[in-house]
Amino acid sequence: MNGKPPLLSIRGVETWYGKIVALRGVDVDVYKGEIVTMIGANGAGKSTLMMTICGDPKAHAGTITYEGIDITNAPTHEIMHMSIAQSPEGRRIFPRMTVLENLQMGAAVTDMEHFDDDLGRVFELFPILKNRKGQRGGTLSGGEQQMLAIARALMSRPKLLLLDEPSLGLAPMIVKQIFDVIRELNESEGLTVFLVEQNAYHALRLAHRGYVMVNGEITMTGTGAELLAREEVQAAYLEGGRH
Amino acid sequence: MAATTENRVIASLKDSLISAVIAFALFGPIVGLKTETEPGGLALSAHFGTVGVIVAIVFVGRLLLNLLVWKADRPITRGLSGLIPAQTSLGGFGKFVAPVALLFALIFPFLPITDRYILDLSVLVLTYVMLGWGLNIVVGLAGLLDLGYVAFYAVGAYSYALLSTKFFPMLVEMGYVGGGIMDWAFWICLPLAGILAAFWGIILGFPVLRLRGDYLAIVTLAFGEIVRIVLLNWYWFTGGPDGISRIPRPSFFGIPFSRGEGGFADTFNLDYSSMQRIVFFYYLILALALLTNLVTLRLRRLPIGRAWEALREDEIACRSLGINTTNTKLTAFAIGAMFGGFAGSFFATRQGFISPESFTFIESAVILAIVVLGGLGSQIGVVIAAVVMIGGFEIFRQAEEFRMLIFGLLMVFIMVWRPRGLISSRKPSIGLHSRKAIGAENVAQGQG
Repeated sequence: MNGKPPLLSIRGVETWYGKIVALRGVDVDVYKGEIVTMIGANGAGKSTLMMTICGDPKAHAGTITYEGIDITNAPTHEIMHMSIAQSPEGRRIFPRMTVLENLQMGAAVTDMEHFDDDLGRVFELFPILKNRKGQRGGTLSGGEQQMLAIARALMSRPKLLLLDEPSLGLAPMIVKQIFDVIRELNESEGLTVFLVEQNAYHALRLAHRGYVMVNGEITMTGTGAELLAREEVQAAYLEGGRH
Repeated sequence: MAATTENRVIASLKDSLISAVIAFALFGPIVGLKTETEPGGLALSAHFGTVGVIVAIVFVGRLLLNLLVWKADRPITRGLSGLIPAQTSLGGFGKFVAPVALLFALIFPFLPITDRYILDLSVLVLTYVMLGWGLNIVVGLAGLLDLGYVAFYAVGAYSYALLSTKFFPMLVEMGYVGGGIMDWAFWICLPLAGILAAFWGIILGFPVLRLRGDYLAIVTLAFGEIVRIVLLNWYWFTGGPDGISRIPRPSFFGIPFSRGEGGFADTFNLDYSSMQRIVFFYYLILALALLTNLVTLRLRRLPIGRAWEALREDEIACRSLGINTTNTKLTAFAIGAMFGGFAGSFFATRQGFISPESFTFIESAVILAIVVLGGLGSQIGVVIAAVVMIGGFEIFRQAEEFRMLIFGLLMVFIMVWRPRGLISSRKPSIGLHSRKAIGAENVAQGQG
């Protein structure tokens, strides 16, 4: 893209869980300002790729570079200090801590000086969280928890946002709402997003580019619209309606 | 209606009869038959009268329970549920509990009801309050189940004992320091004992970094035992089972509590009394305990304290937010252990004698019970639990061997009534406007 080096570049990454191969040489590029999605079935290795970027587990082979720096073997907490933020699979908010405390944990790696500004910004994106700020994370609904997970990730002022299945177990209305926010963040602030999704229809409509992963390998790549139009994609991931 | 009542009575009778038969089968051989030594061998003697009484008690008890509770229209136990205290009953008056308790603790030694026995007991209670608060950092805040906390207590006690009975006299003998150092021994050793215990906390922390829950509990349990067994067998260094005796008593900042010239009573123009030292012990442990509390409360509001709590909630989420979980766990272990070490050196100086017997697993269990009973993470809960548990041990002293039985029963009742501990609300560490305590019914394990 425009000859610029990618923000995040994944080259030939292999990840193993003990003796089981989860990723078999994955190449992915994410350029600045893009929304890139990775779709695939259960167990394809999407979340493993996401976790490998974060260094937990570490890649067995291959390299991962972020802003030109090799982060393949960096400790997780250092990677998360490099303006990468992640909203992990299954949301993983802190159930007994309040919404505000959850957000505060999200800002753990940044300067507390701009905490209030960042708080105002995520409350603007997700107004419901403002009403719930004193409530414990565990008492929120699924959609609110997902919003909180994304808001928590945004508190660290990331340049690259990693989202792992934000639509998991949510009503279509809420999914649309969350995807709208992601689009808005990308368009108005130029936030780069790497999105792992099973909900191929919504993900490909949102993303500029997409990858399809099968059994730990990338089988297809192209723009979101291209992939949506491909027969294989439709057959494998869009059968059963555009939910 | 009448028919169903009749059926119920018959069913109850049947059920009670079966229970009575089972009771007879059980108690018949155990209680009814007894072997006695007689010339020429053993002889059986029968005590079927006692068995009859037991069976009758079972039958009547079961019948009453059947008729009044289990098979009744309106179980009489229904009213009991009203007696269970509301989960957040501390509510408004909770604000005053801590200051009032603190004030009471401050004037306690001068109350007319306070005699030597009560004061000694309260020193013991305060020691456990301090240990409970120390363990609360590890278990309540960071969520790392530590069954070997007594190891740090032992490290603190032995650090002080060894430094003050062996190392300092050696230094004095070799002429590096003057003999006056012995008056300050406690005050120099206290921080050293804390540092050493913290160091051992880190040593325990490293191997267990990847463990959680049950596995962590097992390893920490083993750690506690290892420390005790090493103390028991390292004879030339620790004195083994003989322990260490004649451990120097603390001074009032350099002024010893001795009779005669230069002593505490002499310096402050008081009549000498052995109570003065005990009152001093009381204030010393109170100050140490309050220090533990203050540091904990302060840390909870700092990033490290919040990281502990987040770690308790979800370790993977913590890592994905850029928190160094290794450091977070190690600091929790180290700081918790440090307070255990302080308490240990206080214990050593108060007793004047220590041996590995004081640092058995039961101590860890009691401290953990205090933390859990008080409500994980609650500071005032630990105080109440320590008073109840340690005070309870004393009150039931007359009951002798039934003490543990009564105690176990009490624990079961408390856990049934208040499964999350006595004080189970958690106060958020930040709030934009008003702070809201979180009710216990929401403080679920895991999913919240």
